[in-house]
Amino acid sequence: MIHPLLVSASAPPPIDSPTIQYGDLSPLLVVAAVALLGVMVEAFAPRALRFTIQTALAIGGIVVALAATVWVGLGLDRASGDVLARGRVVAEGAVAVDGPSVFMWGLVLLFALVSMLLFAERRLEGGLSAFTGQAAAPPGSAMEREAVEHRIEHTEVFPLAMFALVGMMLFPAANDLLTMFVALEVLSLPLYLLCGLARRRRLLSQESAMKYFLLGAFSSAFFAYGIALVYGFAGGFGLGDIDQAVSNRIDGQNLLLAGIALMAVGVMFKVGAVPFHAWTPDVYQGAPTAVTAFMAAGTKVAAFGAMLRLFFVAFGGASWDWRPMFWVVAILTMVVGAVAAVTQSDVKRMLAYSSIAHAGFILVGVTGAFVGTRDASVTSVSSVLFYLTVYGFSTIGAFAIVTIVRDASGETTQLSRWAGLGRESPLVAGAFALFMLAFAGIPLTSGFIGKWAVFSAAWSGGAWPLVVVAVLASVVAASFYVRVIVTMFFTEPTGEGPSVAVPSMATTAVIVVAVVVTVLLGVVPGPVLDLAQSAGAFVR
Amino acid sequence: MTAPTDLLLATEQAPDALAPVAASGVFVLIAVMILVPLVSSALLVLGDGPRFDLADKRGHLLGTAASLASFVIGVVLFVTLLGRDAGDRSIEQNLFAWIHVGGFQVDMTFLYDPLSALFVLLITGVGTLIHVYSIGYMEHDPRRRRFFGFLNLFIAAMLTLVLAGDYLVLFLGWEGVGLASYLLIGFWQHKQSAAVAAKKAFVVNRVGDVGLALAIMLMFAQLGTTSFVGVAEGIEQVSSGTATALGLLLLLGACGKSAQVPLQSWLLDAMEGPTPVSALIHAATMVTAGVYLVVRSNFIYEGTEAARTAVVVVGLVTLIAGAWIGCAKDDIKKALAGSTMSQIGYMMLAAGLGPAGYAYAIFHLITHGFFKANMFLGAGSVMHGMDDEVDMRRYGGLARLMPLTFGTFAMGYLAIIGFPGFSGFFSKDRIIEAAFAENVFVGIAAALGAGVTAFYMTRLMIMTFLSSRRWKENAHPHESPAVMTAPLVVLAVASVLGGFLVLGGWISDWLTPVTGYETHELAVPAWVFSVGITVLVAIGVAVAWATYGRRDVPSTAPEKVSFVTRAGRRDLYGDAVNEAVLMRPGDQATRGLAVFDRIGVDGAVRAVTGGIGATSSLLRRAQTGFVRSYSLTIFGGALIVLVAVLAVNLA
Amino acid sequence: MGADYLWSYASVAVVGLLGVALAAGMMGLNRFLRPSRPTREKLLTYESGVDPVGTGWAQSNVRYFVYAYLYVIFAVDAVFLFPWATVFAQIGWAAAVEMAVFLGFIALGLVYAWRKGVLTWT
Repeated sequence: MIHPLLVSASAPPPIDSPTIQYGDLSPLLVVAAVALLGVMVEAFAPRALRFTIQTALAIGGIVVALAATVWVGLGLDRASGDVLARGRVVAEGAVAVDGPSVFMWGLVLLFALVSMLLFAERRLEGGLSAFTGQAAAPPGSAMEREAVEHRIEHTEVFPLAMFALVGMMLFPAANDLLTMFVALEVLSLPLYLLCGLARRRRLLSQESAMKYFLLGAFSSAFFAYGIALVYGFAGGFGLGDIDQAVSNRIDGQNLLLAGIALMAVGVMFKVGAVPFHAWTPDVYQGAPTAVTAFMAAGTKVAAFGAMLRLFFVAFGGASWDWRPMFWVVAILTMVVGAVAAVTQSDVKRMLAYSSIAHAGFILVGVTGAFVGTRDASVTSVSSVLFYLTVYGFSTIGAFAIVTIVRDASGETTQLSRWAGLGRESPLVAGAFALFMLAFAGIPLTSGFIGKWAVFSAAWSGGAWPLVVVAVLASVVAASFYVRVIVTMFFTEPTGEGPSVAVPSMATTAVIVVAVVVTVLLGVVPGPVLDLAQSAGAFVR
Repeated sequence: MTAPTDLLLATEQAPDALAPVAASGVFVLIAVMILVPLVSSALLVLGDGPRFDLADKRGHLLGTAASLASFVIGVVLFVTLLGRDAGDRSIEQNLFAWIHVGGFQVDMTFLYDPLSALFVLLITGVGTLIHVYSIGYMEHDPRRRRFFGFLNLFIAAMLTLVLAGDYLVLFLGWEGVGLASYLLIGFWQHKQSAAVAAKKAFVVNRVGDVGLALAIMLMFAQLGTTSFVGVAEGIEQVSSGTATALGLLLLLGACGKSAQVPLQSWLLDAMEGPTPVSALIHAATMVTAGVYLVVRSNFIYEGTEAARTAVVVVGLVTLIAGAWIGCAKDDIKKALAGSTMSQIGYMMLAAGLGPAGYAYAIFHLITHGFFKANMFLGAGSVMHGMDDEVDMRRYGGLARLMPLTFGTFAMGYLAIIGFPGFSGFFSKDRIIEAAFAENVFVGIAAALGAGVTAFYMTRLMIMTFLSSRRWKENAHPHESPAVMTAPLVVLAVASVLGGFLVLGGWISDWLTPVTGYETHELAVPAWVFSVGITVLVAIGVAVAWATYGRRDVPSTAPEKVSFVTRAGRRDLYGDAVNEAVLMRPGDQATRGLAVFDRIGVDGAVRAVTGGIGATSSLLRRAQTGFVRSYSLTIFGGALIVLVAVLAVNLA
Repeated sequence: MGADYLWSYASVAVVGLLGVALAAGMMGLNRFLRPSRPTREKLLTYESGVDPVGTGWAQSNVRYFVYAYLYVIFAVDAVFLFPWATVFAQIGWAAAVEMAVFLGFIALGLVYAWRKGVLTWT
């Protein structure tokens, strides 16, 4: 008897021409095209013009992609099924273009837009960008000095950021595990590189890039292994196939559960959940601040989006198996993030731990796994989407302010050196205080509504003890946000106080936008919350 | 003949106040009341820079005018409300949908009803007087304009709190007053102690806020709404366990804001703020927000005996603890702060008694707002004249030099001890009566508290205004300017006359639509209580006179103290309490309240913060910076996750 | 699926084990039969008869990696091209265009590398 596989190998089955819905994927394609064009600009444009061309190209591309996203979003059809979902699966099942995908595309595009403005800031370093002139030159070498003298700049940061952006858009929209893995790598690799390109404190920056790369590769390996195990269980990569296999399962439990756990490690590393958070403070501190802002806001959106899709669509049928693990991780993340932030003396590290704590708060919403009832109210998906929105803007605003508080050696990130900032520059300190209050979840700032949304979704999903822990953790967190405000306004500066450099329009615009969004989403969150709600559920 | 009967019944039952009518006519001004001080505050705080020189000179006038404008609107609305039928006295103004998701909606709603009307008058009335007073008090402060900005912010937030028609909007005001209080306590930022006190107030308040936040979350989960109307309608359908949980969580919130045991510790430290702030925020208005919350949530407490009992216990314990602290302090503001705690304890106690006590809780709240604001401002006037000296042992014999301050302070004094005819006499008596009707022991404790109040207030009077002069060298006491004494006079008059609100049962009739009302059955005629309490008060005054009035008061607190007798009200005893209580305020008094002990006691708070710091340092050490140890953490974490997932499956 | 399915891998495992056993057996036999008289020269790392210098850890020029990358990209590229060639005729022009796009991406990288001077060794 001949093995069936051998038979089929002798007569290859016809390969159908794949159908790709270019229209639905246009936002992704635009950004990818801009990234590739950026590479060409690097190759052919004269050095003097590159910075201008790259900036214009990146910003223009993002604006076009945003327009395309709106166009795609308006054209989404109601999907069949009992829960409200809009959109469809395209590209032979590889990408799901649905409400949440489109919302997150819009979100990361907006974050990228403001981050590009920070990338483009050249006034703070005397006409040069915040990125090193020649990454290949050893720190402190003659080669480096030469690069500064010739005013050489690495304009590759723009195409790199665009590539990362493609990954960020694809990761939460990926509808099969292979696409998801590819997106994860596309998102990560350019970021590793960007982290190592700081102009000042280059050794710290390179160290952070190295750490991020090694640990990221390590966690990717977990993710890939998880994919293999899940494939072994389900016999397919598509999230829909896995969902069916999970719902109809009788045996092969352990294979599935181990796969779930390992894939969870991969995404939890990306969101910076405890105990996979160790890279966060080092990388946030070492990376150029503009990159940190981009990374903190964008990666969180992408990774949480992918996490939601993975666990709600593919593993939704096994939620009783994975929810306890999420409970543990969420509690650990909130507690460690909030507690560890208390003793931080560096603003960027403090913001890093704060981002860990916020990842914990978002995990609370995810853990609730509340899909909503007919008449109510915030679901886990919509609340997480909203939280990501408010968190992202406040974070970018906060890091933008970090870039302009400076002394002779560059950014002053020592918290103690921020004493008296309130007197030196009340507006800047006031804006930073506003972001701190938003992080602490004080009403009339966006952070309050965000917290309220994820907590109530979790409560409706039956995770009320988790909500109690979350509220307590946010009290601890509030104490160190207040400490920053006390330092800025109520502490006498020691020695020469901090100084606030006057940035160009770009950075100013970023701070203003972040302030406006933070206040606006606190006072009238309705429209955005409604938008997140109407994004509906994931399509299958 | 059925129709007329129904109609009659409808009017008699005092139709449900929680069926508000939409705002029209003059009532559209409700939001304006909040908006005016808010805009003024923004102008005063943000209008910074050299170009705003004019604002520095005139800013305080803008602030005062904004507060006055709100007061005028408040009066107009109040008069209009008076002219309405009892059934129509609940007006709702819906500005816009704040949060709107699917079937859930939170509107930016304001509810103007008899209860909030009284609060509006108190807040804007006393607030305006304190604005006027601050013009003089803060005259030499270079940042006076900003001070007025913060004061206006407070007024706006406090009005939001009492006018909210939804728990979430109330929470907004709740956090707003917390923020304003934080900014104002720490206003003199050059003082390290002020910055620390501000932070402490903020953090302790956040603990209370946890309670309120969780209560709102619970409402949302169980009832699907957070508006007063919706919750009042839905609360009957939920289990009594839920109602109790709601009641206790709201109580926790109230404890934080109103400095009730076990979350009282911040109030004494908060006296680091400028004195007008202590008068406005930490005596007359903000600290009574907890009482407001409990009274406003009467529909929740209706269904839960357990939570009401907890309110009574908290009120009673705080009443005693506050009086105790009041006896022991030499710092005039801290003695008054202890007294504030104690008086709010009375209000809480009354609020815990249910419909029999709500009206009297609010009544005492209002009279207390008058006389305590009066006395704090008086204390500020004394400090103003004594170069910011706060130690009463360094005062003495000021009555002759500051006749106006002394006279107005005396009115407040007579009011707080419950001298017959003064406002405190009426308001406190009613609470003690109601307490007796509820439970004899509670009544006795409340009555004894009145005696202690008389003791420590007399002590304060004697040490400050009478007795021998114990001034520091180069002290030149003088009367304060008219801009400061005028508000004192107004408040003194209010302290005397405030009691007339109760004549003919006006206050309880007025509040009945909101809170309901039931008379209490007393075993003996009411006058017996009045006489009994007055006798207790007289004893308190006499003991204080015997202790402080007939002997010289040492100008430094005696170091050696003996803890001789429990019933003693001797000098030494007060100082012993001082020693014991000063260090850990309320620590001893709260041992019995095991439920809240863990969260709130000052010592525990310190232990918790210390613990967090230590844990934090530990976690910091785990952050070695080595990739190898990080990847080990990731590996270990992966194992934990794996085990967590598999273990669930096995279990 | 399940147990039967995993059993079908048993033959693979047996082959693997046999392979390891064979190699280990021969090496072990060798170890037993040969004389062992180590000298310093014998223990030195063999470098084509030249005396080894420096330590075992040495940096190699980063350019080697760049060449290796470029090679790997084109090797992977070929993996896609072969199956494509077998079905290209069935699908028609769409296949040609899409493969051209794919090759275009790779060519783009090569052009970038060329313009940055990676391909010249000086």
